[in-house]
Amino acid sequence: MNYLASLSPIYAEMFLLVMVSVILIVDLFIVNYTKTVTYLLTQVALFCTVLILLFTHQPGISHLFNNMFVGDVMSYVLKVFICLAVMAMLLYSRSYLLVRGLFTGEFLALVLFATLGMMVMTSASNFLTLYLGLELLALSLYAMVALQRDSAIATESAMKYFILGAMASGFLLYGMSMLYGATGSLDIARISDVIQNGTANKSLLVFGLAFIVAGLAFKLGAVPFHMWVPDVYHGAPTAMTMFIGTAPKLAAFAFVMRILVEALQPMMIHWAGMLMILAVLSMAVGNITAIAQTNLKRMFAYSTIAHMGFLLIGVLSGTIEGYGAAMFYALVYVLMSLGGFGMIMLLSREGFEADTLNDFKGLNQRSPWLAFMMLLLMFSMAGVPPTVGFYAKFSVLSAAVQAGHIPLVVMAVLFSLIGAFYYLRIVKLMYFDAPESHEKIYIQPDSSLLVSINGMAILLLGIFPNTLMSVCYVSVQQSLLH
Amino acid sequence: MNFETVLFYLFAAVTVFAALRVITARNPLHAVLFLVLAFVSSAGIWLLLEAEFLAIALVLVYVGAVMVLFLFVVMMLDINIEQLRKGFWQWLPLGALLAGLIGVQMVWVLGAEDISAGTAAVKHAADYDNTKELGRLIYTDYVYPFELAAVLLLLAMVAAIALTLRQRRDTKRQDIDKQLKVKREDRVRIVSVPSSRQANAAQDVEASTNGHTAD
Repeated sequence: MNYLASLSPIYAEMFLLVMVSVILIVDLFIVNYTKTVTYLLTQVALFCTVLILLFTHQPGISHLFNNMFVGDVMSYVLKVFICLAVMAMLLYSRSYLLVRGLFTGEFLALVLFATLGMMVMTSASNFLTLYLGLELLALSLYAMVALQRDSAIATESAMKYFILGAMASGFLLYGMSMLYGATGSLDIARISDVIQNGTANKSLLVFGLAFIVAGLAFKLGAVPFHMWVPDVYHGAPTAMTMFIGTAPKLAAFAFVMRILVEALQPMMIHWAGMLMILAVLSMAVGNITAIAQTNLKRMFAYSTIAHMGFLLIGVLSGTIEGYGAAMFYALVYVLMSLGGFGMIMLLSREGFEADTLNDFKGLNQRSPWLAFMMLLLMFSMAGVPPTVGFYAKFSVLSAAVQAGHIPLVVMAVLFSLIGAFYYLRIVKLMYFDAPESHEKIYIQPDSSLLVSINGMAILLLGIFPNTLMSVCYVSVQQSLLH
Repeated sequence: MNFETVLFYLFAAVTVFAALRVITARNPLHAVLFLVLAFVSSAGIWLLLEAEFLAIALVLVYVGAVMVLFLFVVMMLDINIEQLRKGFWQWLPLGALLAGLIGVQMVWVLGAEDISAGTAAVKHAADYDNTKELGRLIYTDYVYPFELAAVLLLLAMVAAIALTLRQRRDTKRQDIDKQLKVKREDRVRIVSVPSSRQANAAQDVEASTNGHTAD
């Protein structure tokens, strides 16, 4: 019994794995195509995972399984938000997927597998588990994008995603093997110790680091490793795009923290420079290219690239404030991205995708409340106060200023000014243009409630950001103690 | 230079040559066979490292099972080689430039100094059991990644089934279950034909035969 009790930090993952298996079996007996039982079971599983996380949460850092697994505050917080984001994503996308015949038991199982992979990633303290978690996530995402078999564009984007993702994994593995060669260990704490002692081979370390940063940039979608992002975002069914664009970003943040900050902290002078180039290029290419997009999903893809640039600025500041701000930014980005893609799905109906700019023309006349929510989302993405997007950008930039990266901050502000153009263009289309169609917008009560909560959260968090901000600071601070 | 070093360089040279041929072979079938050669010679290198179990598993699983499946797939697919080679020369300069850059860097970093971690491999006695050690490690120190790998395999299975299995409506397939469950009422319709009105009766009979063929 004692052994079982000592496993409490990993109860959530174990529970989720059991539930995936149960759902896979239960789904076999459900003939009904709406899959209500499977859907509810999935939501309950995710909700219970959140509860377990809240109950098993303990202060301090606990290691399990020969240091393969770490339970620290950052991992608990990120896992809770990952589960919540997945729940919201399922709620948003249910009716969208139902009318397209994609709401199958396998889809739900894949979502849960991906969630499990993200949870493994956030609390991995060994390169082996980091990589396995990443593959668990990536493999489910590839399959989810490819689920829409009849659509040529979805198949094409799945193919691109798969090949480029496999290449990125190859880069990561190659870099990890170099680090293993230099330090003789895959354990994150041990790698950090060996590098600190100065016994590791420096040139081999830098060589491995370059591959690792390239692999990470691929996964994050930072320029110049971003080419898959617009195609995949555009080609995949919007629900899958929403999934790729939300919770995995939190896991990716944890991944970056574990590898760069925890394992390779002594190498910071090297990786901070690499990240700086990635950040500037991402913000430039993302924001400028997004202006030319008429498809909203493609525009969001480029805006993601730009947001990832901002997130990297927080990480490369190299202070607790910087990491905390980056975490806050990741959380806020997930919130905005959920709302943005959710809005596309709410306006879509059977056989019609509301994913071009024209579909948003005159939205205010068709549904003032939805238009107002979209206005909040766009303001937040552009970083206009009092929405939370402003505060996220502000905290990242102030951390960078404290770290002395003034030119970088100036460039970031300039590029987000450019970015504000295409976000505000949508606001203009919604409020000042005549609608192209007058079809009545019918949305489910649950998704309409969710979109209201989502928009209000963006507004309220912008006015009272301190609670979430301090959660981020404390979790980063307590997790980097060792 | 002892015999083991000679063997290592031999296997390494064969592996590199085979790997190069995998991507340059014109015929995809030859590429697969060269991949088999690359696996076999890597297994030789693993044997030199005293990883006997892994070497045998590589030959058995990869060469024996996976590559044979690969061969089947390649033979079944009608691959248009011209299509695959389209744009090869167009992209060659860029690819060669990038590969050359990375190659030069690798030689520069890896060739400049002694990069060994400093700990030489320990030679084990003849009765050392590689398989047992591996098993012990997998089920103790590495049990968490081992379980994760199992989950990954389950996921791969679910994903493969989700992507390939779908019921097609346009195929003429017999459903034995349905055939056995059929009742008389499903197939036979009794139509009472009044004899007095000739014209209407003829229409009714026609309708009922049409209905029957549609079933």
